[in-house]
Amino acid sequence: MALDKNQIAQRIAQELEHNMYVNLGIGIPTLVANYIPKGIDIEFQSENGLLGMGPFPFEGEEDPDMINAGKQTITTMPGAALFDSATSFAMIRGRHVQLTVLGAMEVSENGDIANWKIPGKMVKGMGGAMDLVASADNIIVAMMHTNRQGESKILKKCTLPITGVNCIKKVVTNLAVLEVTKDGFKLLERAPGVSVEEVIAATQAELIIEGNILEMQF
Amino acid sequence: MINKVIHTVEEAIAGVESNMTFMVGGFGLSGIPENCIAALSKKEIFGLTCISNNAGVDDFGLGLLLKRKQIKKMISSYVGENAEFERQMLSGELEVDLIPQGSLAERCRAGGAGIPAFFTPAGFGTEVAEGKEVREYNGKPHILESALTADFAFIKAWKGDTAGNLIYKGTARNFNPLMAMAGKITVAEVEELVPAGELDPNQIHTPGIFVQRILQGEKYEKRIEQRTVRKRE
Repeated sequence: MALDKNQIAQRIAQELEHNMYVNLGIGIPTLVANYIPKGIDIEFQSENGLLGMGPFPFEGEEDPDMINAGKQTITTMPGAALFDSATSFAMIRGRHVQLTVLGAMEVSENGDIANWKIPGKMVKGMGGAMDLVASADNIIVAMMHTNRQGESKILKKCTLPITGVNCIKKVVTNLAVLEVTKDGFKLLERAPGVSVEEVIAATQAELIIEGNILEMQF
Repeated sequence: MINKVIHTVEEAIAGVESNMTFMVGGFGLSGIPENCIAALSKKEIFGLTCISNNAGVDDFGLGLLLKRKQIKKMISSYVGENAEFERQMLSGELEVDLIPQGSLAERCRAGGAGIPAFFTPAGFGTEVAEGKEVREYNGKPHILESALTADFAFIKAWKGDTAGNLIYKGTARNFNPLMAMAGKITVAEVEELVPAGELDPNQIHTPGIFVQRILQGEKYEKRIEQRTVRKRE
């Protein structure tokens, strides 16, 4: 069975380490916050100017002056800090934020990512994505393995305008966990009940497959 | 003490003319200068170049100016919430310069800080880097980005004093302190205006030197774009 979006987030949460500063993008990445492993302390950075982001507020306690990068109402955790956008991106560009999780439309085997524009159709802008992918030491992409037409989003070369070059480290999809190595995508794990052949069939890029590929553990 | 207080929104936007460049603070609808935007949207001013992280929504914030086609060019990082914006952009009626959010923030900061340009890794190898100088630092390519300034900067703070000192609240701070520095004329509107001396100097976010006019906003709608809540246990 391929994973659903929550399970993708749950698998990515296993990559979190104690005392990490993490920036989560919009969409599946946001769900990662629901699956922080027990005993691990994480601080979430929201690039509109908040470190120590908490859960959504209780009904009736929404504050228009307290939102996340997706413009959703949120709360702060004890020990949170607020700052302006230049300071926020100093944290990102200066590599103080240790892990970035973001969605993508396409990724390629040299570590490129495309997630901000479909020429002539969808032009919403890159927001903070280009700053994030240009500087983060560790970038994990959370996405479905194929698009709505069933075509692979894991490519030899991106076809859409790219957001950053040679930057992503890992990809977690509904079918597999892939690592980006200097030789291309290496298959690390497969979704429970999904065969290696099924992952290969759904992937346009070449996969490096060494030994027995285990199922993801939850 | 230099008194920066003005009493009407008309005085706040006095001097804004067609074809000028202006900055507007805020992230989404949080921390936007609602009163100044509404006043600008009622004036016969067109051909504006607007620097703002976002473009409002169809019927609020900068969406009001877009609807009347007062804006010729937008310089932003994300414009996804405004359908009219997307229509004008795709049809070519509106010129749009999309730039990475961190570069936008730093370009405003640099503009206000007297730094004409800087190198950043953001955008290297993408459309954003086209035509820009590339230099390698610490083994990594960076692109040259120039500073931004504006004829006017319209910003919003929570509290301010008559000397123009400002304090922001929550995530409504965002681009406001940076744009305050980068405007030739910076107009700050605040929810609460107090006499100089009442704010603790230790707590000031934007020193009054960056602010030319300060206005107590008449009213604030402070619209929420995405109302997300959790159930009580």
